[in-house]
Amino acid sequence: MTVQSPIEPAVGLTGASCAVPLVESERVLLGHGSGGQLSAELLREVIVPALGAAARAGAMEDGALIHVEGHDLVMSTDSFVINPRFFPGGDIGSLAVHGTVNDLAMMGALPIALTLALVIEEGFPIGELRAICESVGRAAVAAGVPVVTGDTKVVGRGDADGLFINTTGLGRRLPAASPSATRACVGDVVVLSGPIGLHGTTVMSTRAGLGFESDIASDSQPLHRLVEAMIDVAGPAIHVMRDPTRGGLASALNEIAQASGVQICLEESAIPVPPTVAAACEILGLDPLHVANEGCLVAIVTPAVVDAVVAVMRTLPEGSSACAIGSVIDTTAARVVMSTVVGSRRIVDMLIGEQLPRIC
Amino acid sequence: MKYVEEYRDPILAKQLLGEINAAVTKPWSLMEVCGGQTHTIVRQGIDDLLPAGLRMVHGPGCPVCVTPLELIDKACAIAARPDVIFTSYGDMLRVPGSQTDLLALKARGSDVRTVYSPMDAVRIAIDTPDRQVVFFAVGFETTAPANAMAVMQAKELGLRNFSVLVSHVLVPPAMTAILDDPECGIDAFLAAGHVCAVMGWREYEPIVERYRVPIIVTGFEPLDLLEGILMAVRQLEAGRAAVENQYIRAVQRLGNTHAQSAIRRVFAITDRTWRGVGSIPDSGLMLAPEYAEYDAATRFEVSGIVTAEHPACIAGDILRGVKVPTDCTAYGTLCTPRVPLGAPMVSSEGTCAAFYNAGRGRPVLSVAGPGTSR
Repeated sequence: MTVQSPIEPAVGLTGASCAVPLVESERVLLGHGSGGQLSAELLREVIVPALGAAARAGAMEDGALIHVEGHDLVMSTDSFVINPRFFPGGDIGSLAVHGTVNDLAMMGALPIALTLALVIEEGFPIGELRAICESVGRAAVAAGVPVVTGDTKVVGRGDADGLFINTTGLGRRLPAASPSATRACVGDVVVLSGPIGLHGTTVMSTRAGLGFESDIASDSQPLHRLVEAMIDVAGPAIHVMRDPTRGGLASALNEIAQASGVQICLEESAIPVPPTVAAACEILGLDPLHVANEGCLVAIVTPAVVDAVVAVMRTLPEGSSACAIGSVIDTTAARVVMSTVVGSRRIVDMLIGEQLPRIC
Repeated sequence: MKYVEEYRDPILAKQLLGEINAAVTKPWSLMEVCGGQTHTIVRQGIDDLLPAGLRMVHGPGCPVCVTPLELIDKACAIAARPDVIFTSYGDMLRVPGSQTDLLALKARGSDVRTVYSPMDAVRIAIDTPDRQVVFFAVGFETTAPANAMAVMQAKELGLRNFSVLVSHVLVPPAMTAILDDPECGIDAFLAAGHVCAVMGWREYEPIVERYRVPIIVTGFEPLDLLEGILMAVRQLEAGRAAVENQYIRAVQRLGNTHAQSAIRRVFAITDRTWRGVGSIPDSGLMLAPEYAEYDAATRFEVSGIVTAEHPACIAGDILRGVKVPTDCTAYGTLCTPRVPLGAPMVSSEGTCAAFYNAGRGRPVLSVAGPGTSR
């Protein structure tokens, strides 16, 4: 993990006598968990420095590569706190399997084993717990990975919101795979496996109080077989892979641009946004590029292999609408830009904190 | 997406840009009134493609930005009470008050909730009779009818635990105030299409008469804005001044009369302070006497509020169209969407945030070394 000094000065240090708004400086906000700039800041300024020498240096990736006696193992962990726990296309159980399997896959690894840790609130219905664990089981079997160990904790009523799940995954890296967020090169092409925004929009529309009905479902699914097929045809020519979960495609690509020191240019018209996602985002004033996904991946590959990679992705259901959406254009800036419909260009930024629907 | 894609067609956009280029012979300054229009212009880079001399000035039409600091502080004082569930549209939550903002209060344990409609707040009041539910009724004529409906419904249901903190603002008085400003250099307005969908455009006819300034009722998609700009330029070049309607798919001259009568029933016109701009006569709405019991400001007796803006913030000049965000010393350094000093940096409709999110005037992150392969 990379440790950098804070870029922005603390606001409180500027106007001594004036009532400067001391926003969010001392407490964790929900936005710190959004996967955007606030999350990155919490890691960079609090967690990594506090770990000190124990934090391993290197780029921030979806998982850690560990060399053990000639084997390339990958380890990744993820916690799941979704509300609602059941949504069209999945539930917290299947999500807990897919999320960790996909983090391993983005490192070019196939899953060997999963752990399952549950934090359960007192009073949680046993029937619902059983249903969720059955969903974990089905998803793990479908992904071909055993759940090998676990932990169960119960906390008092009100001390947790129903059920929290943590899964940790161990994987073995495919021999030909070497994806890393630092490997994007000028000339590379950005490939997307499928439509964006389905998971986040589904969860938002299911969440109590929103009240708009839609016929969409989360894209939650394991991606390791897709990755295996891609590595099979292109190997090390696949420079970067990411699953754009929290923070969406914009945040994933910004992280890559920063880790590799490159400028990425997207074609707005090439990015597949399902009509329902586009409509929901229009209504709520959100950007589909910031909405979470749980079953699609973005890859940065050399131009020579683009056609072969897209072709093999399209042979699998999870990559059936794979397409190229842009390219790495230069090293003049570490950022993501997009050409707009009127023929101008704009910067595609990371999500800052929480997505806040706008007034009108 | 039907009814949206049609207005984002790149070929038609280029045609309209060509027509604008052909029509312009003199320098003109156009103000788009609404923050939603600013968002589209900056996000699509429309102003970068306009001919030299044709300047877009970003107007005061971001409801989040013009809500006075005192109201934000009152909202925070009410939200901090343990007996209150404070409900608001999402983008009000990060607006900095003098001391704190609503999101930070939420992190400290206050019950602050995002709602998508004031009716959701009424529903919460019905479901939690032992708590006081307050809705932050902000916005222009666009949000006023729904907020009026919520208050009417609360009265019909006899809800004693529902109230609203009202800070509604009206567009035409703000346009008049801008035109009366000696620093004003605005030649024509693109009026806010959604405000006009509610109010129609009769209100603009006297302004055109008095100030001889073209007003084009304009929508929010890229083609809407390009067409609105073209219509304004053609009037200016021909020496005409009239109200014209570009947004014909949504706006009629008389507007939505049902919505207007709901506003008239629940609200009364009042003087209003606009954040950064100052007090504008008859530019706001307050609860009418018949509905005064639903006023959260009196119900919770929030007083003793001492407000203080950040000294570096030039939001007022930006909202009046006198300056642009990149003129501000704090823009992009002390003040970012992550740590906003002033309201225009908060909402995606705010001029500062729109500039920042589009990368305007921001230092480019330097890249260490020329190497690309590693």
